[in-house]
Amino acid sequence: MKLLFHISVTLLKARLKQSIVAAVGVTFGITMFVTLLSFMSGLNNMLDGLIGNRTAHVRLYNEVKVNAKQPITLSHKDTNTHDFISSIKAANARQDIYNANKIIQNLEKDTRVLGYSRRLSTQVFFNAGASDLSGFLSGIDAEKEVKFFHFGDYITTGEAKQLMQVSNSIILGKPLAEKLMADIGDVVQVTTANGERFQLKVVAYYQSGVADYDKTQSFASNTTVQKVMGKGNGYITDLQVKLKDLSQAPAIAKEYAQVFEMDAIDIQSANAQFETGTKVRNIISYAVGISLLIVAGFGIYNILNMMIYEKMDTIAILKATGFSGTDVKRVFLMISVIIGLIGCAAGMVFSTLLINVISHIPFNSAAIPTVKTFPVVYSWVFYAIALSFTFATTWFAGWFPANKASKVDPVIIIRGK
Amino acid sequence: MLEPILRANNIKKSFTDPVEIEILHGINFSINKGEFVSIIGKSGCGKSTLLYVLSTMDTAYTGELWIEGEEMSKKTEKELAKVRNEKIGFVFQFHYLLNEFSVLKNVMLPALKLNKFSEKEITEMALKKLEVLGIRELANKPANQLSGGQKQRVSIARALINDPAIIMADEPTGNLDSKNSQIVFETFKELSEQFNQTLLVVTHDPTFAKATNRIIEMEDGLIIKQ
Repeated sequence: MKLLFHISVTLLKARLKQSIVAAVGVTFGITMFVTLLSFMSGLNNMLDGLIGNRTAHVRLYNEVKVNAKQPITLSHKDTNTHDFISSIKAANARQDIYNANKIIQNLEKDTRVLGYSRRLSTQVFFNAGASDLSGFLSGIDAEKEVKFFHFGDYITTGEAKQLMQVSNSIILGKPLAEKLMADIGDVVQVTTANGERFQLKVVAYYQSGVADYDKTQSFASNTTVQKVMGKGNGYITDLQVKLKDLSQAPAIAKEYAQVFEMDAIDIQSANAQFETGTKVRNIISYAVGISLLIVAGFGIYNILNMMIYEKMDTIAILKATGFSGTDVKRVFLMISVIIGLIGCAAGMVFSTLLINVISHIPFNSAAIPTVKTFPVVYSWVFYAIALSFTFATTWFAGWFPANKASKVDPVIIIRGK
Repeated sequence: MLEPILRANNIKKSFTDPVEIEILHGINFSINKGEFVSIIGKSGCGKSTLLYVLSTMDTAYTGELWIEGEEMSKKTEKELAKVRNEKIGFVFQFHYLLNEFSVLKNVMLPALKLNKFSEKEITEMALKKLEVLGIRELANKPANQLSGGQKQRVSIARALINDPAIIMADEPTGNLDSKNSQIVFETFKELSEQFNQTLLVVTHDPTFAKATNRIIEMEDGLIIKQ
């Protein structure tokens, strides 16, 4: 085997220029493949994060809806009649989560749950001089939101945890703050639907990237919002649950809906389009990368074929002096794989450099204030895929020429002269 | 009686392209250890064809071929390659050295393939063989920088490296001038006389043939005189 390797390398060296051209083909393919995957994954993570990070994996809430169990269905349980009820309206059901503390205790015990955050939200008016701007005020657990839902990433000025430290404080969406001409430290006046007025101090700006949302959104601590709404301590309308394993969300949402007798929606149903986008982008980057490698494989195939025609004499003499067809096949397969591996190694170096360059290109997007340069992902998985693909393509590219070489009849070559 | 080095038993061979035509009509002969045999005959009488059948490279024949008491026709391609490696040394009309390798490596390759000795021992053996042939000083030259006569001597050294049972040569002097032919012939003679090497040489050079121990004359695919 060592001898065959030695022969392969010598043959390669004799055709150095051609071999380098073939290796460059692989290098180009691998560079593009790894860079593309890294860049695409970076973009995917960023775009998924746009929704995924701040969306609860499972959201528990009460929906205003018609009760499925109407009185008539209860009384007609066992008859064969069919009831028609017209003009059903939703009853004035409570919107807050009943027995929220008990549910929270359960969530804390559940090992599948990474964390949770309480929320409540209400409609308010912001008073800007003579005109009132309508908007939403959300109550949040600032600390938990930062920890589990990347809330801190979307604060452009100020700090999220100030909500806890400063009483009656508020975080305004950046465009909203601009409309209200409210600087950090200023006091804005909000009016509730019931007509009550509150003075809240601005501690930070928030920017999600969705301009229409930011124009109307503001955040305060749960206690502040409970006060504004005139509700008691413990009144919350939403429980945002983050799971350890995202893929379990649909099952767990179903389970919670049943156990806690309330509405639960999982992230997959709420944001189905994002998963689709991720999948499509992944398919595209793999498809492009693999086609590049296949093209490189054809390059190797061509060069090996040429080499075999040139080296007929060599093959004949190797066979005459006692090398079997299998040995000859191995020699040419090795040549192919060596070209591939050298090209792959160079490609890995180049792609790492290229990824590094890309990661330094400025990329400013209003949508993601925390991202300043193009997002990339460094992962050994991409390199591993690239390596195994190189191995596979060069093996196949080498197989056919090598097989041909192994079948060369030395008698014909030697007598033909 | 001692088992002959090589024994051919009713060997027949036909070419099928473009039409079926029998080239060898049943060849019977044997070569004993230390013999220096030449096969002569006119062009197209089948002497080269016979040599390639005997060399085990050509397997499309009928009949029996025995080398050192082993039947060849039933062996697989791999086993035959091993036989060629171990027991047969080749010298062709054209030198057939590997141009990518140095002279020394060319000589060493069959021994490296045999893998019986360490690389260091093989290097020494190869240098000794080159010395016998008087071309030791060429050892580290690339094979393609040698003259025709030198190349032929290198290929003889390569044929000797595994101490084969028999050396087969196909017109070894056919492509050389008379001076180099003489050197190659002297070399063969010396191998035969001093080292008791068995040799089988196909040639159409009558002076060459006359100097060998035994002449096998062929005509139209048959041995007519031996």
